[in-house]
Amino acid sequence: MNVFTGYLRQAGTAARFLLLATIVLGLLYPVAIFGVGQLVAPFQANGSVVKDSAGEPAASALFAQVSADDAGTQDPAWFHARPSAVGWDPASSSASNLGPNDAKLLDAVAANRSAVAAAEGVSEAAVPADAVTASGSGLDPHISPDYAALQVARVAAAHGLSTDVVQGLVDKRTSSGLEAFLGQPSVNVTLLNLDVAAAGNNH
Amino acid sequence: MVFSTAAFITQIVVLLLALLLLHKPLGIYMERVFAGSTHSRLERVFYRLAGVDVGTEQSWSVYLRSVLVFSAVSILAIFALQRLQGLLPGSNGLPGVDPWIAMNTAISFVTNTNWQTYVPEATVGTFVQMCLLAVQNFLSAAVGIVVAVALIRGIVRTKTDRLGNFWVDVTRASFRLLLPIAAVGAIALVMGGVVQNFWSTEVANQATGVTQVIPGGPVASQEAIKVLGTNGGGYFNANSAHPFENPSVFTSLFQVFLILLIPSALPYTYGRMVGDRRQGFTVAGVMAALWLASTALMGWAVASGQGAASAAAGGLGEGFEQRLGPAASSIFAASTTLTSTGAVNVAHDSLPPLAGGIAMVNMMLGEVAPGGTGSGLYGMLVLAIIAVFIAGLMVGRTPEFLGKKIGPREMKLAALYILVTPTLVLVLAGITALLPDVMANAPAAGPHQFSELLYAFTSGANNNGSAFGGITSSGPYLSVMLGIAMLLGRFLTIVLVLALAGSMARQRRIPASAGTVPTHGGLFGSLLLSVTVIMTALSYFPALALGPLAEGLIK
Repeated sequence: MNVFTGYLRQAGTAARFLLLATIVLGLLYPVAIFGVGQLVAPFQANGSVVKDSAGEPAASALFAQVSADDAGTQDPAWFHARPSAVGWDPASSSASNLGPNDAKLLDAVAANRSAVAAAEGVSEAAVPADAVTASGSGLDPHISPDYAALQVARVAAAHGLSTDVVQGLVDKRTSSGLEAFLGQPSVNVTLLNLDVAAAGNNH
Repeated sequence: MVFSTAAFITQIVVLLLALLLLHKPLGIYMERVFAGSTHSRLERVFYRLAGVDVGTEQSWSVYLRSVLVFSAVSILAIFALQRLQGLLPGSNGLPGVDPWIAMNTAISFVTNTNWQTYVPEATVGTFVQMCLLAVQNFLSAAVGIVVAVALIRGIVRTKTDRLGNFWVDVTRASFRLLLPIAAVGAIALVMGGVVQNFWSTEVANQATGVTQVIPGGPVASQEAIKVLGTNGGGYFNANSAHPFENPSVFTSLFQVFLILLIPSALPYTYGRMVGDRRQGFTVAGVMAALWLASTALMGWAVASGQGAASAAAGGLGEGFEQRLGPAASSIFAASTTLTSTGAVNVAHDSLPPLAGGIAMVNMMLGEVAPGGTGSGLYGMLVLAIIAVFIAGLMVGRTPEFLGKKIGPREMKLAALYILVTPTLVLVLAGITALLPDVMANAPAAGPHQFSELLYAFTSGANNNGSAFGGITSSGPYLSVMLGIAMLLGRFLTIVLVLALAGSMARQRRIPASAGTVPTHGGLFGSLLLSVTVIMTALSYFPALALGPLAEGLIK
């Protein structure tokens, strides 16, 4: 009896404790961080959304934004992002989760390699690893400078721009300094394509 | 992608310097948090509303009962509210969670595991994330810390059965320790690009014609405690590989720092509480040596780029985020498995075979380098008792640990502790490997299929929560089995630790003699390190040989 009532009393305390902790940790804390975030860093707190020249939200700088057909083939007019296991859909996120020796992964890599080589008109050996492998999130907007360089001629031709101008836009969107050193030099394709669109309009 | 050795070493040096700088002040602060008997005005209100009797300290069995009842009530509440999601505000239009998934998730978050058998984007709305799961990120971490504190009290105190008051300890761990650091961390993460709002945003690119719905949510507040509390359950499916959880290599490094912060400072707290800082330094030294060795091995294994897929792709890439790069991802992968975190910023399933194997070994070490919040320290102290026992056998003396005799009862408890997780992992994975219907949930071919299974049970029983994501664990069998692994892996060990604490607290202190094996210094540190590694190797080598070692050697 003593043990039983002891458990019951503890359970009552536990339930009340959990409710009170939830009010502080599950409501007040996140709402306070929300408030501070809106004050000190509203751009980041709201998803790093960049606007177009008309002031309308065009993209999040942190997400791949890909124009692709139903088969997943990316629009040749724009810089291409890395392969994605979730079709670049921000409503989901995933890696392929295929093992390092998985036959399905080998097939996917081979298929991606020939598709990229054909799209860019280069030899298969010239295609870098990031162009043929799916990112961990499926949403990574970044590619290597090597993969961007492969795409410059195609995108420049589609927009009637010189390759020098387009390569200049690539360089502007390539990470540098400490960020590139600690991570690796990366080109943000989402922002780059917005720049290309703007340059194409001005042209 | 190229593995940058310079970036790898720089990040390790930065991490070690930051932790070295903070372990003393934070260690002292944590000692004070749990030492005083004064309560703030707010705490008094909190205790009164919760019905906590702050005046009484508890014996080990009552302390344990509080841990178990609190956890059971939390599991039931989270299960029930997930089932009712569709009727509650903040469901984001999602229905009640499937019962097997809800059960597994409730256990997972209360046990500090954060194994995610669900896809967050498609399963749980803002309410479940913010008011249920994120709250457990605080409370489960706090429970781990207070169990470690109770064990230290058991070592320090003499001729008493009192170990402290669980409710007071958990309140202080949550509100004096975790909440302020998480708040600072969350704001830093927002500034680094992590989203923190309550709406999604429609974007339309006029040039390409692409429209997207950019998700929102209280992500930064959850992210901070996810790593600080060594929890690891992501707001999004891709976890810390997701751009909104981990926007840059800077936030990635910061997250690793938060993962290691409390576990690496707790040894200093321990040293102060036992009145001999050398004890803390020795434990911290062993943790640091293991962390450094394992992280270096992980870097080497990732840099090797082993595996047919990397060879076909011409380098690393599958499962990696371009913006983070392989160096940052190696450090993250090592730290998340050497603690009980389980957050990932790279798909572990696609790592080179030996790198995936190292992630498993890290968990199999018992997550003691530096381990989960609290659980790392109590795991290491149990190993220290085993080491003292072995040293005692060598010199033919009754072993003692900081003036407490390690008799048959203490030794049985410590030995059982060491046996719990290997037994759970090997028995449950072994049974499951015989069930072809269940194994179909891991569609990989050859030894990788067994690796995925072994990883799942290793992660569950050690309360890590990371996964080889190729396995689908949302069905009834794996939900239940992994639920059992998580429950017993967490609470059976806590039962043993608190029993050990109670049994040591009752003893008198015996003065050190010429035959006493000192539990500090390089000699004991090496012994402790060897015991940790040898125990793991003896328990798991055959299983590892069938999985990651086979994969790594075949190609």
